[in-house]
Amino acid sequence: MSAIVMPEPDARVLSRRMEIVKALQAIVPGDGVIHDETAMRPYETDALTAYRQMPLIVVLPETVEQVAAVLRYCFENDVKVVPRGAGTSLSGGALPLADGVLLSMMKFNRVLDIDFENRAVVVQPGVTNLGITREVEHEGFYYAPDPSSQIACSIGGNIAENSGGVHCLKYGLTTNNVLGLEMVLMTGEVIRLGGKHLDSEGYDLLALMTGSEGLLGVVTEVTVRILQKPETARALLIGFPTSEEGGTCVADIIGAGIIPGGMEMMDKPAIHAAEDFVNAGYPRDVEALLIVELDGPEAEVGYLLERVAEIARKNNASHLRISESEEERMVFWAGRKAAFPAVGRISPDYLCMDGTIPRRELPKVLAGMRELSEKYGLRVANVFHAGDGNLHPLILYDANKPGELEACEAFGADILKLCVEVGGVLTGEHGVGIEKRDLMPEVFSEDDMKQQQRVKCAFDDKHLLNPGKVFPVLHRCAELGKMHVHKGQLPFPDIPRF
Amino acid sequence: MDAILKPRTAEEICDVVKWAAAEEQPLEVIGSGSKRSLGRPVQAAHVLDLSDYSGVEVYEPAELVLTVKAGTPIKEIEKLVDDNGQELSFEPMDYGPLLGQAKEEGTIGGLIGANVSGPRRIKAGAARDHILGLEAVSGRGEIFKSGGRVVKNVTGYDLPRGLCGAWGTLAVSSLITLKVNPKPETSATLVLEGLSDDDAISALCKAMRSSAEVSGAAHIPSQGHDAAKTLLRLEGFETSIAYRAQILSSLLADLGKVTRLNESETKATWDAIRNVDLFCGLSEPVWRISVAPTAGVQLSNELRNQIGAKVFFDWSGGLVWLMCPDGKVHDQEIRAAVHKAGGGHATLVRADAATRSSVDVFEPQPAPLAALSGRLKAQFDPNGILNPGRMTAGQ
Repeated sequence: MSAIVMPEPDARVLSRRMEIVKALQAIVPGDGVIHDETAMRPYETDALTAYRQMPLIVVLPETVEQVAAVLRYCFENDVKVVPRGAGTSLSGGALPLADGVLLSMMKFNRVLDIDFENRAVVVQPGVTNLGITREVEHEGFYYAPDPSSQIACSIGGNIAENSGGVHCLKYGLTTNNVLGLEMVLMTGEVIRLGGKHLDSEGYDLLALMTGSEGLLGVVTEVTVRILQKPETARALLIGFPTSEEGGTCVADIIGAGIIPGGMEMMDKPAIHAAEDFVNAGYPRDVEALLIVELDGPEAEVGYLLERVAEIARKNNASHLRISESEEERMVFWAGRKAAFPAVGRISPDYLCMDGTIPRRELPKVLAGMRELSEKYGLRVANVFHAGDGNLHPLILYDANKPGELEACEAFGADILKLCVEVGGVLTGEHGVGIEKRDLMPEVFSEDDMKQQQRVKCAFDDKHLLNPGKVFPVLHRCAELGKMHVHKGQLPFPDIPRF
Repeated sequence: MDAILKPRTAEEICDVVKWAAAEEQPLEVIGSGSKRSLGRPVQAAHVLDLSDYSGVEVYEPAELVLTVKAGTPIKEIEKLVDDNGQELSFEPMDYGPLLGQAKEEGTIGGLIGANVSGPRRIKAGAARDHILGLEAVSGRGEIFKSGGRVVKNVTGYDLPRGLCGAWGTLAVSSLITLKVNPKPETSATLVLEGLSDDDAISALCKAMRSSAEVSGAAHIPSQGHDAAKTLLRLEGFETSIAYRAQILSSLLADLGKVTRLNESETKATWDAIRNVDLFCGLSEPVWRISVAPTAGVQLSNELRNQIGAKVFFDWSGGLVWLMCPDGKVHDQEIRAAVHKAGGGHATLVRADAATRSSVDVFEPQPAPLAALSGRLKAQFDPNGILNPGRMTAGQ
């Protein structure tokens, strides 16, 4: 089915399955260890559903001590571990391994401390992203990063992926909003990083942990900063005859010193799909549609709306509306927020890509995508976090048609290569996981990746935590540790490319 | 043989480090040397001086991104972005005067190595929140790159951010890519006078909880004849500032008269806070202590009683700048107070070299964390040649 090859399962571990089950049951009592095939089924995939793999065993610990004991046991017995939050990864970050224990953190669902004075909240990793905002909104606060899966995704998973969202242009990514962590290393050691204070003592391991895709440690507690909700938010809906004009408008807004709360662009196929689905009142005769949301004190928002409208007119906007009520603002967003399901309606399957590009390259990349679309005979719709250059092409395909998934993946890989070619990167917020693993050499040299893997070696020198993700080639730490290793002389295991 | 090695290309940096690694010759890595007396003294016969590896590689104002060589003076960068209506919004402080050196001497490499920030840290973050990409040379003499030139990027581990604040002990930065931001149109400061520390910090926290988008929150306790000053900074568009000043004024009305400083007064006031002017031109030990905002007052009260400490507060009370007037460093008392405050960290910013060799300059870490940091150091710099001992003795 798939071209992504995971590490060969360890036969010795597979043969000891029931022994491992018993050992884990001694650590996590009751129903916390699942080894029945039917009960394990929901864990066989995450939100990258094209890939499925039954885990060896599923374990759902409830305490930090249990997490530490499970990891220590697995470390001592050379058993791999795949950590999992809500399982909403779009890059296969939580895809199980046949010979690996799947460690679900979803029983860690408590809010531990809400501290409005210090504007910090301490939660367990299984609390959902939106769950944090729900806990603090009665005092006018919210947690800023807002990935589109925020109703379901866990904050632990957000740490693993350094999740973004519509508002991160102004308010930052997960990494800019996390103050502290408690985590367990593969050896079972528990460490704490940061807290309610700012900056780290010693190396910024918080930075390394955020976005590490579950390869460095298992997060058991998270301290995040919360922000006061902006007093008001209003949006402009702006249509352009060409994507170039839309792109220049975005650059001009930023050039005018305005950082909007959100700035989203859609191309024609995405506009039509969304409009057909939710009737948001989007114009159908434009090539690019821009939603610019301005938030903050009322006086400021009113002033900036005028300035943005002026910039839009100067850039030949053919359609311009300003939200006059909260309802209208929500309607502007309704189409954008429904873009994925809207595309899901017009195609049996779709693959969501996640490259980031310098904003000015948007017209070039869109043109390149149109060519690729013809080459592969597959349609593509684009939604774009225009402010920060993060592009989400949705490639439409039908998994039941032989060869279409493969064509779609090849199309996706070509898009990402194009992103890299214009100075961008493979993934802005969805993570590398397994999906983009084999494209890493498009961005990084051997030395670049070796230095990354050496970080892994400092945290997990046996490569037991989530192996097979992020890096196309697993180098043993002993090999990586040698000095004077010359380029190209290390054995290169024959792993097929995506 | 003592040597100062001044590479002019990334390849030359590589060559120097390769040589040092092969010969096991420790290197002290410096830019301009403006923060050389911060941290434990480095035991190294040779200096790797990056001041000749200087210059702007790419600056794209419309993309809000800047790539510079590590030895580029911060002053030059700030001038360049200012000319384009932009700024480094983490507002890096200048350690020079506090450390008894000239003003505006620092380089961008040193700024990243020390993860410098300023009063706007509470709103905009530190250097680590603005780095997008890095090319660096590890202690193995291998050049590697990580990150990129775009804001949203999760392609691999976040090494650029992870290397911020590593004091040059993991790798030598060569090229640094930063996010820049539009400069606020104008600024203003609201001042309350004569508040006790307790009332002041609770006023700052109250302001930070409001929707006024405060970008600086500091309190300077009374000094001799000068009354205590509690300061709140607003930045942005003129219309917005006027509106937000109203929000704050009514919020703080029961604490006394609120006066307003104009843009130039605001700039001078916050420059002084940012660069710790209060403790400049002296030689007594200075500590930089980061705790939860509400924990700062009790910590400072205790240390005033115990050691006669002089303090002032930034970051809504969470950053305590502390001077020991008796000339002793009092590390035991200070570390105990940080612990009692619920955790955080204290850094001995100013002290003579002998003192900095004999006490922990940075916050000591629990054993498993210290071991992990040691393993990380060994992975980047197996022969221990980059700034050995700068952060931790023997490492």
